[in-house]
Order: sequence, then structure tokens, then C-alpha cells
Amino acid sequence: MAKVPYTVPALDDLPTVPRIKPGAMSELKSYVAVAAHQEPLGFPGELVENWEQAAVAKMGELLGKYKSLRVYLDMCVKCGACTDKCHYFLGSGDPKNMPVARQDLMRDIYRYYFTPTGKVLGSLVGAKPWTKERLDDWYNYFHQCSQCRRCSLFCPYGIDTAEISMAAREIMDSIGLGQKYCNEIIGKVHKIGNNLGLPEPALVNTLEGLEEDVLDATGHAVKFPLDVEGAEVLFVTPSADFFAEPHVDGLIGYAKVFHQMGLSWTMSSYASEAGNFGMFIGNYEQMRKIAMRIREAAIQLKVKRIVFGECGHAWRVAYAFLNSLAGPFDFLDPRYPVPQHIMELTRGAILSGAIKLDSSANADKVVTVHDSCNIARATRMGPEPGSQFEYPRFVLQAACPKFVDMHPDATRERTFCCGGGGGLLTDELIDIRIKGAKPRVEALRDVVEQHGVTHMASMCAICKSQFTKVLPYYGYEMGMVQSVHQLVSNAILLGGNS
Amino acid sequence: MTGLSVFYAALLYVSAAVLVAGLAFKIRQYWTTPAPLKIAVTPAPTTQAGAYVRVAREAALFESLFYSNRWLWIFAMAFHAGLALVLVRHLRYFINPVPDLLALIQPLGVYGGMAMVGGLLVLLLRRFVIDRVRYITRPSDVLMLLLLIGIGVSGFGMKFLHHTDVVAVKAFIMGLYVFDIRELPAEPPLLAHLFMVALLMIVFPFSKLLHVPGVFFSPTRNQADDPREKRHLAAWAAKLEG
Ligand code: SF4
Ligand code: SF4
Repeated sequence: MAKVPYTVPALDDLPTVPRIKPGAMSELKSYVAVAAHQEPLGFPGELVENWEQAAVAKMGELLGKYKSLRVYLDMCVKCGACTDKCHYFLGSGDPKNMPVARQDLMRDIYRYYFTPTGKVLGSLVGAKPWTKERLDDWYNYFHQCSQCRRCSLFCPYGIDTAEISMAAREIMDSIGLGQKYCNEIIGKVHKIGNNLGLPEPALVNTLEGLEEDVLDATGHAVKFPLDVEGAEVLFVTPSADFFAEPHVDGLIGYAKVFHQMGLSWTMSSYASEAGNFGMFIGNYEQMRKIAMRIREAAIQLKVKRIVFGECGHAWRVAYAFLNSLAGPFDFLDPRYPVPQHIMELTRGAILSGAIKLDSSANADKVVTVHDSCNIARATRMGPEPGSQFEYPRFVLQAACPKFVDMHPDATRERTFCCGGGGGLLTDELIDIRIKGAKPRVEALRDVVEQHGVTHMASMCAICKSQFTKVLPYYGYEMGMVQSVHQLVSNAILLGGNS
Repeated sequence: MTGLSVFYAALLYVSAAVLVAGLAFKIRQYWTTPAPLKIAVTPAPTTQAGAYVRVAREAALFESLFYSNRWLWIFAMAFHAGLALVLVRHLRYFINPVPDLLALIQPLGVYGGMAMVGGLLVLLLRRFVIDRVRYITRPSDVLMLLLLIGIGVSGFGMKFLHHTDVVAVKAFIMGLYVFDIRELPAEPPLLAHLFMVALLMIVFPFSKLLHVPGVFFSPTRNQADDPREKRHLAAWAAKLEG
């Protein structure tokens, strides 16, 4: 692959807002999907001839299907409150990475084709017709949005740029202008069952290898079951957990928790992926199709509960959408929420004494936590609002003697995206990924310097991959990034308390 | 009956009709467009009642803006709260007899007007001074502020410069209720004021002023955070299950 140019911005103190640099990221473009990626999903293989009309027609359809799109395109008052909230703007200074300006790429077109003011007053209200340049801007800047929804948190009307960028991607897919990274991955899930395209034999192999490794390391026969009918729990985890670092150490942690709890569990080779990239491209049908695999696996394996592993976007689709997409789950045990997060299980097991952690195993570390955007702003983990922050912290504090939080403007619901979410975790976008990580790295540097933090725990496959890749550009080691359940894995006491 | 009175009567009828019909159309559209997925920004209330309280706090206190940008909140609040007071003060031109309470809080309206115009001037200034805000500003954003400032200033003009015969104005308005066009005093500040108000009413349902009804329809704010507890399914999505 050709080397992609990038620059690493100098770190500032956290609230620094750059001056605008128009056009700074206008050339950065992720690879466009070719027919082989598009057609299996039912999208045109290349840009259709009458794309202007087709895009307008699709926009009209979506305006009737999504209240968010309809209301958000109308109601923005251009107050600017969101302009300094997006990590991609803070890192790049490109004004089109300000959430409202990103929305305006669509709003200007919407005004032109769908509103009386746009038709009568034209550019006075910013209305603009389609041109090839505008379509290029759409493609580039709607793929510089990780759909993290930090902007929505701060907007006085809750305007959610993620909804706009999802709709934009859906419109682009429908006219034959898809993104290779997302659409290729979705194709793999339909065909093989996971984002990485790991076929069943490879999966079996990997899991057997892990069983041997854990047996060697601990002397305990911790199982990594696959396709076991009648297990209590169907466990669904991002496929990166099967071998990326530090993801796989998290997988070992989950397995130890199940083992020690004495809870029978299984993974599924058919639904071997928690992530659902259908969300990234805003396509309900694709998202539903992927989600249905989990339902089908649950029925087929006759499980009673569904539990998800550490992944932010996966957890959003699981927590907030799965019931809509693939419910109702009335065939599962009604005593448990559907689905559950592994953090809920681990926390519960610590509280009940079903597992015991010896935090001295992590005594060499000072740990902080990165709240993943989708977990923080789109889900819960327990019955209480905010449990998505408290549960991981509870587990981390049980597993690590020294825990420090980062600045309140960069944690909990105000957390910054890692910079690689929403379909941006691809090499050709490395420049914006580095820049988008800047606010997080600034907050991290703060606790490293003030409190000697050595490790940052993460609970999302994308965050883990992104940070291991991007932290070195800022002078931090990739090993700084840990899975939450990796730290649990280090500390959990195996055997002896059944 | 002068031509001027007829013109203004017609203008006000038309603008009121556009405002009501336009808003009714948009509200119906917002109401009936489905929200197929649960997208509340969390942490969020877990009950629908809680979500309504959240929306009410946004509408009344601009809570998100408060945490987002304190300075902007102060001036936006000055403008909106000032406007609210002014509107209350204006009720006396539309109600007969004037309730005691209204008469009592009457003098506050002037301060409201000052807060409103002061707030608007700052909001206008920042559109030119802050580079990010300048970038997102369209001509219509500036014109909207100028229109509101114009309404405020002409209002002050009636009070402080060119005293208007409010009794006659009220008679004119009460007459409109019964389609009896009475004489409107031909005073420039009043005419300008009414003209700009009519213009505002006409653009309301076609412009970003739709944030007024829209704030109640934002799914990230008005949804309860209960997707695991209750299945949420839009009609068009249910068809896919066929
Ligand atoms: S904060 Fe909301 S209303 Fe204000 S400019 Fe941004 S999107 Fe528009
Ligand atoms: S959703 Fe996140 S990435 Fe997208 S514009 Fe908003 S803050 Fe930026």
C-alpha cells in the first residue's frame, strides 16, 4: 500500500480551540468501494448517471423515515455552540469538521431541493444545488465523522450530526458511491459471519490455541467454547478479540470470568461478530440483517441469555437497537436484560463474591480509563443512568490498586472519541485519525504528567486498535492501551471458590 | 377608513394565517415522521415522563447550552427571556379588560426589551468576531438578527421618541378580531414595528425559527432510555419483518 502522508499536531492544553484552517482536510479521502463491495449489499456498483436526482429522491425518502433528519435539518440556529466540540475539528482546524458545518453540507442541499425558502431565496439562506465538488465534500467530510455524538450532547437542541452523516452515507451508497472499508466488511459478515472474514476452522484453531495458552500460564482448564448447544449464555464479541492486541487479552479475561462464575457459555461461528457496520452506513436493512444473525444463533444454540464483549459501537447497536432490529427476545430468560454487557456480569460477580480479584497483580500500573463514545453517549450497562461510567470504573478499581480519572471535560458523557470510530479505522485515513486523537492524548498526557499514569484501559475494539496505532505518533507506547478485562484477567483468582 | 389601515389589516391577517398554517403543517410533519430507533443521548431519563422533563428543561433553561458555552448562554438567555417579558407585556393590546396581574408586571416589559435588544446585539457582533461563527453564518442569519433588533428598536421608538396612541392601536387590534377595520395611527415607528412583526410571522415557519417547535421533537432529547425494556418499532421497519 502506498504510504499515506500525515502530520502530527503539537499537543495543547485541553481547552485550546484552533483558528479555522479552511480546506485543511479537504483532500483526505478514504477508498471508494468498487462494484465487488457494493453489489453484494444491493448498492449500485459505481456512481449512477443521474446521481443528482437519485440522491435527491433518496434524501426525500429518508426525510419521511427519520424524524431526526427532518427536524435537525430544519432547526439548527447556527449558534455555534457545537463548533469547538468535535475532536476532528480540534485536531485539524478544518472548519468543515465543525459539526454544524458538516451538517450544512447536507442542509444546503436540503434547502435547495426541499424548502420554499431555499427555492425562493437561494444563497441568502445558503441553499445550493448539487455539483460534483459538493459530492466530493460529502464523501470526504462525512467520512471524517466518527458518529461519536459529542456534538449532540452540547447542542441546545440535541442535533445529532451522526444522524446526518449516517443519512449522507446511505444516500451515497444508494447512488453508487460507497466507502470500501465499511462495505467490504459488511460483505464479509454476510458471507462469513465476522468483520475479519475469519472462517470457522480458523476460529476453532484460535480458540484451541487460547485454551492451551491459558492452561500453560495458569494451570487451569479455562474453556473457549464455540457452537455449544444448550449453553446458558451466547457470548458475542468483536472479532478483533480473536487475535488483535490487546483485544485478545480481554477475551482471555472474559473466559476466566465465565469459568470462575461457573456459567456455561458459548460463542457462535455463525454470529462471530459483535460489531455492526450497518450502523456506520446508516442502513437499517443492512444493520437488521447483521443483527438477525445473533437472533438466529441464539435460537439455534438454545441459549437463555445474550452477553456482549467489549466494543463501543457494537454495544450501541446491541443495547439501543437490537430489540428493534431483531426482537422480541421473549424466548430468552426474562430475568435478564437482553442483551447484557460483560461488564454487568463481571461487576455483579465481584459484588456477589462469585469471582475474586487480587488487585496486587496490577500493582505495577497506574490506570486511567477511556470512555468509549458510543458506550458513554448511547447506552447504559445497568438500570441506572450513568451505569455505563460506574460499572467499568468499579471493575477497574477492583482489579487495579491505582486508578485515576482524566479531566472531566474528556471523560464520561463528555468523552472524546478515540479518533478511529464510525468507519474511519482504515489506513488511508491515518492523517485524520492522528488529528482526531489529539484531545484524548492531551487529556492522557495530563494524567501521565500529574499522576504517573502508565496505562489506559479501553472497552472498545476500535478504540484499542486506534490507540495502539496512533499513540506512538504522540510518543506513547502502544502497550499503554489495555483491555478492561485484560486487567481483570491479570487479577482474577482462579479455582478454589466454587 | 384609510388605505393604510386596510393594508395593515390585510398584512396582519395574512401573516397570522401563514404563521398558524405553516406551523401547523410543520408540527404535524414532525409529529408524524417516525423515529425508527432509540437514539437518546445518554445518560438519559429511563421513563417517558423523565424525558419530557428533560425537554422542558432544555426549552426553559437551555440546559445543554449552559454546559456547552456559558457566554453564549447568558446572551441567548437575555434575548429569549427579554423577549418573553416583552410578549407578556404586549398581551395588554390583545386582551380586554387587562387582568390585574398583567398590569402589575407591565413595567418589567421595558427591561425585558432592553435585555432582548442588548442580547441580540451581542449575538450579532459575535457572528462577525469569532472566526468559527463567521464561517457558519449565512446572510439569512444576520438578516434574522437585524429583523429582531429592528422590531425591538422600533418598539422603543414608540415609547421614548414618538409616543404612540396605544389606545387607538388597541382599538385597531380589537377591531381585527371582529373584522371591523378601525383607524391605525399613522406613526412611523408603529408602522415599521408592525411591518417587521408581520414579516417575522411570515418567515417563522420557513426558517430556523422552527427551532421553537423543533426543540420538542428532538429524538436525542425526548426519548426515554429504555430500549432493552421496551421494543421500539416504526411502522416502516415492521414491514421488513414480513
Ligand atoms: S449547537 Fe446545534 S443549533 Fe448550534 S450551531 Fe451547532 S448544531 Fe446548530
Ligand atoms: S458526531 Fe462526533 S465526529 Fe461527528 S461531527 Fe459530531 S463530534 Fe464530530
